[in-house]
Formats: sequence, structure tokens, C-alpha cells
Amino acid sequence: MKVLVPVKRVLDYNVKVRVKSDQTGVDLANVKMSMNPFDEISVEQAVRMQEAGDATETIVVSIGPDKAQETIRTALAMGIDRGIHVKTDAEVEPLAVAKILKAIVEGENPDLVILGKQAIDDDSNQTGQMLGALLDWPQATFANTLTKDGDSLTVGREVDGGIQTVKVSLPAIVTTDLRLNEPRYASLPNIMKAKRKPIDAKTPEDFGVDITPRLTTLKVAEPAGRSAGVKVADAAELVAKLKDAGVI
Amino acid sequence: MAILVIAEHDNENLKDSTHKTVTAALALGGDVDILVAGKGVKDVSAQAAKIAGIRKVLACDHVSLKRQLAEAMQEVIVPLMDGYDAILAPDTTTGKNFMPRIAAKLDVMQISSITGVESADTFIRPIYAGNAMATVKSSDGKKVITVRPTAFAAAAEGGSASVEVIADPKGPLKSEFISEELSKSDRPELTAAKIVISGGRGMGSGENFAIIEKVADQLGAAVGASRAAVDAGFVPNDYQVGQTGKVVAPELYIAVGISGAIQHLAGMKDSKVIVAINKDEDAPIFQIADFGWVADLFTAVPELEAELTKAGF
Ligand SMILES: Cc1cc2nc3c(=O)[nH]c(=O)nc-3n(C[C@H](O)[C@H](O)[C@H](O)COP(=O)(O)OP(=O)(O)OC[C@H]3O[C@@H](n4cnc5c(N)ncnc54)[C@H](O)[C@@H]3O)c2cc1C
Ligand SMILES: Nc1ncnc2c1ncn2[C@@H]1O[C@H](COP(=O)(O)O)[C@@H](O)[C@H]1O
Repeated sequence: MKVLVPVKRVLDYNVKVRVKSDQTGVDLANVKMSMNPFDEISVEQAVRMQEAGDATETIVVSIGPDKAQETIRTALAMGIDRGIHVKTDAEVEPLAVAKILKAIVEGENPDLVILGKQAIDDDSNQTGQMLGALLDWPQATFANTLTKDGDSLTVGREVDGGIQTVKVSLPAIVTTDLRLNEPRYASLPNIMKAKRKPIDAKTPEDFGVDITPRLTTLKVAEPAGRSAGVKVADAAELVAKLKDAGVI
Repeated sequence: MAILVIAEHDNENLKDSTHKTVTAALALGGDVDILVAGKGVKDVSAQAAKIAGIRKVLACDHVSLKRQLAEAMQEVIVPLMDGYDAILAPDTTTGKNFMPRIAAKLDVMQISSITGVESADTFIRPIYAGNAMATVKSSDGKKVITVRPTAFAAAAEGGSASVEVIADPKGPLKSEFISEELSKSDRPELTAAKIVISGGRGMGSGENFAIIEKVADQLGAAVGASRAAVDAGFVPNDYQVGQTGKVVAPELYIAVGISGAIQHLAGMKDSKVIVAINKDEDAPIFQIADFGWVADLFTAVPELEAELTKAGF
């Protein structure tokens, strides 16, 4: 089984987000960027499936600027076999990402695509589901457990009420949730080895995909602020304050 | 303009998130219909028909829709979309699962988790875990939108729309429901509760959650948790509040042994009143708490319980 893993380079989750004063966006100059945390979980899952003999080949793909190659290298250092970099400096919306991924799937013929459930920058939570629809493949989103039996996957999904288990026939789309696994750190020898792994260079045009955005961002503003209130000394004071506020 | 709202329900009861999504839909301006897709949905359809301001309810009753899996929902909804200019669903795990499939089939870029409607094509949505609010204008012919229920008031009852039964979805489907393990609780649902009390890594163990459960029962509150508490196995995954868990906005949110990482704040900072109990006075949670109590939770929470008992709770 061949597994494709799309990864996005995003603002590191530890960085404090600053909205630009002209309200055109978020300040990304000179801030730490990393692989989207959910994508690390996808990469880990693909590598584990290969180690378990369920996957025969693993491929990572990232759509983004030159620097997205660093993110691809991170995945290669974690154990993915090879990479595809679709270079563009434009911001690519999930719909266009899904279209590019569809074209890559049609060229590479993977049996499984593992995406993150959500990119922590746009918080869209769409790309995997869109790719599923474009390919007419079934999907198992928000995966918490994943087992392969024959030509289908059994996936435990994190849903609002608890865990739901579904079975999907391959080829299929999986999107990962936080507790599917704990991603490994790449070892130094593997980081060295990753430097020699191949990365294919492509552009959106190579796939004939129009990436013109459908959404125009008119403004990016700070959320309504909250400020620190008062400290209470004991339970009696807290209960009195909550009664005064009319919330209990 | 014709607008379709997809109802959230469990085949027995319509969820309040539907009412909130209807409010967002009405703000777009136009005729709003509700689709109830499920198995044995007669009662739910009748409940939906009572929402004020609705034109009609479409009911699709089929075994493949019992769990509202994305592939089955796609089969029902896409053929309906010739007649609609916009489709909205709550951004619950169900809505998040099927809506992008509809968008892709219509060649539309979905607008996720809106918190405001500026006009029929312009919306406000949080990005970067709610650390920035984007105003986005859609150029697509049809709008596909998921709605953050906490940002909208519930539409009123008092309507009497007609219910129209529509054709069954086409099969066969490539996904299949196997089983479900739902957390059982007599407490209110996390996203619907007026009061939420959440525990973090500071709780130390699942057993220790008993002390906050006692307070929850006194106050009729729901119990939530931080990611760290879920990852550590103290409580099930559906307790998680935050950027990638549930978003809540109760009247009162009590954070116990939670440091206040941005990913957690993303899920609770719109609560009306926030209380933090933490032994570290520098914990970031205190920067947004209305009432902060610097204390060891293992003494503070039982004291709070005793004080509430004294006050008649
Ligand atoms: C992609 C991604 C998504 C995430 N999504 C979410 C999410 O949706 N929700 C979420 O919550 N987090 C999320 N996180 C995790 C988040 O970054 C934090 O790691 C997490 O919120 C920390 O949980 P915590 O506050 O319980 O633990 P900690 O940060 O370890 O804080 C524990 C706190 O308990 C206090 N404490 C300890 N013992 C006591 C005691 N006896 N009495 C009183 N206080 C005590 C400590 O002072 C400390 O402040 C996400 C992270 C990533 C990378
Ligand atoms: N530019 C990109 N390149 C590669 N994969 C992406 C890109 N954008 C999104 N993805 C994938 O889609 C997932 C969900 O992203 P989103 O729908 O934007 O929340 C991510 O976790 C990635 O797996």
C-alpha cells in the first residue's frame, strides 16, 4: 500500500500571534514556522504503517513557498521515503490545495491519503474532506485509532459525543486527531539521511489547477480583548462575587 | 435567495445548535428551509417545523443517514443544491465532517466556523485559534458555511412550517458505521451548559476529577478539560475544550489546574464570567480571568464545595 501525506508549513503553535496594525493580516515576518502539528501525527502514522509492513511506500507533499522544503525534509527525517514540493508564494485555499492533491493522487495512485484534521493557521478543517469528494473516496476524519484489515480500514473517530468507529474501503482519506499517536523526533543520522532523499519540484500550473482565491480577506482584526479581573482570597469571597455577578 | 440549514440531531431530538444556525441563516436574508436527514426523523422534523421564520422542512428518512456519515449526507444534499444559494450547518464534528464534501462537489470554497454575518457574502471567522478575526468576502455563486453556534442566539420557537419528505439517497456507500462509544452523563452537554467547570493537568488523575464533579452537580454544570488532561487519560476526548476541541461560551467557566495556553483559551474565552483556580500566580489563565484564586486546587475545590453547600446549593 502506498501512502501520501500532505503537510503544511504554519506559524509554530508556541508563537504569540500578532495582528498587523494595518489589519491586513497576521505578522509572519521573522517568526518561527513549523510543520502543522496534526501533520506531524499524519507523518508518524504513515511511518508506523510502513514499519508494520502495512505500507510499502510513503510520500510527503507540501504546497507553499521555497521554505516548505524544510517542512518536507522534516517529514523525510521522520522516515517518509520521498517528497513532492509544489512551489507557490501565493496563499492557497483548501479547495485549491484539494485540487492539486487530487492531481497528485491521480499521478501517484496511493491507496491512502493521511491529512491533518485542521491547519492551525486558517483553522479551516476542510482539505481532507474536499479531497475525498473530488476523488469520490470515502473518508474517516478525526482519527484516534486506525487499523488496516485487508482492503479496508477501521478507524475510531473523535466526535462530539465520544468515539465513533467506522469502516472505510480503500482507497480512502484519513484525517488525524491529536491522540492517534505521539510523533517521534528525528534522530541526527536520520536528519542526515533525509538530505539525500529526493524531492520532486512542481508548480500548481504543472497540474493545471487555478489557485485564484475564492475568498477575499477584507480585514484581520484583534479579537475582543479580555483583561485580568480581581483576585479572591477564599471560597466565601468567590461565592459572594459569583452571586453578585448573577452567574450562580 | 433560498437558504438551506442542515439540522443537527440524534434522530430523537433536534439540537440547539440548529436554532443558532438558523439565526445565522436568517441574517443572510432570504427564505430558510431546514433539512432533517436521519433515520426515524418524524419527531425531529416536527421540532424543526416549529422554529420561527422557516419556510419549510425537508425530511429524508433512510437507514444510511442514521449516523449522518459524510458520504451519505453528500448523496442527499448535493442534488438539492440546484434550488439553493447558500447552505449552512453547525460546526460540530458532524457538520465539519460532511460540509466540505458538499463545497468541493459544488466547486465552492467553504467558509468555516463563522462568528458573524456582515452581509449575504461577507462573514467574520476566527483564525489562528481565535487570536485574529478575519472578515472574508466570498466570490462563489453558492455559499457553503459552517456556523459556530456559541456566536449566535437561538432562533425562537413558534413557527409552523410544512414538512416535505424527499427521496432516499443513492447507494452503495464506501463507508460504514461500526460502533459508537458515547460518554454517558446526567450532566448537561458541554456546549449547551450555562456553567462549565474544567480540570487540567493539575488535577493529577481521573479519580481526582471527583472533586470538581461534586461542584458541577451542585451548580448543574457540565465538566470539561484541557487537552493535557485528556491526553493523560484523566477524562474522555469529548471533554476537551479548545481550538481543536469544543468551543463553549457559558455564563460561568471555572478553570481548575489549567495554565491557560492559547489553544485552551480559544475554546472558552467568550464565556461571560471566567474563574481560575491555580497555584501558580503567574499562570496565563489569570490574565483573562474575572476572578482568580491562587490556591492549591486540592484544598480550594473542596472549600468551594463547602461554601456552596452553605449557600444552599
Ligand atoms: C495542535 C494543538 C492543538 C491543541 N488543542 C488544544 C485544545 O483544543 N484544548 C486545550 O486545552 N489544549 C490544546 N492544546 C494544548 C495546549 O497547548 C496546552 O498544552 C494545554 O492546554 C495545557 O493543558 P493544562 O493547562 O491542563 O496543562 P499545563 O499547561 O501543564 O498546566 C497545568 C496547570 O495546573 C496548575 N497546577 C498544578 N497542580 C496544581 C494544584 N495542585 N493546584 C492548583 N493548580 C495546579 C499549574 O500551575 C499549571 O498552571 C493544543 C496543542 C496543540 C499543539
Ligand atoms: N498548503 C498545503 N500543503 C500541503 N498540505 C496542506 C496544505 N494546506 C492544507 N494541507 C493539508 O490539509 C490539512 C487540513 O488543512 P485545512 O483544511 O486548511 O484546515 C492539513 O493538516 C494538511 O494535511
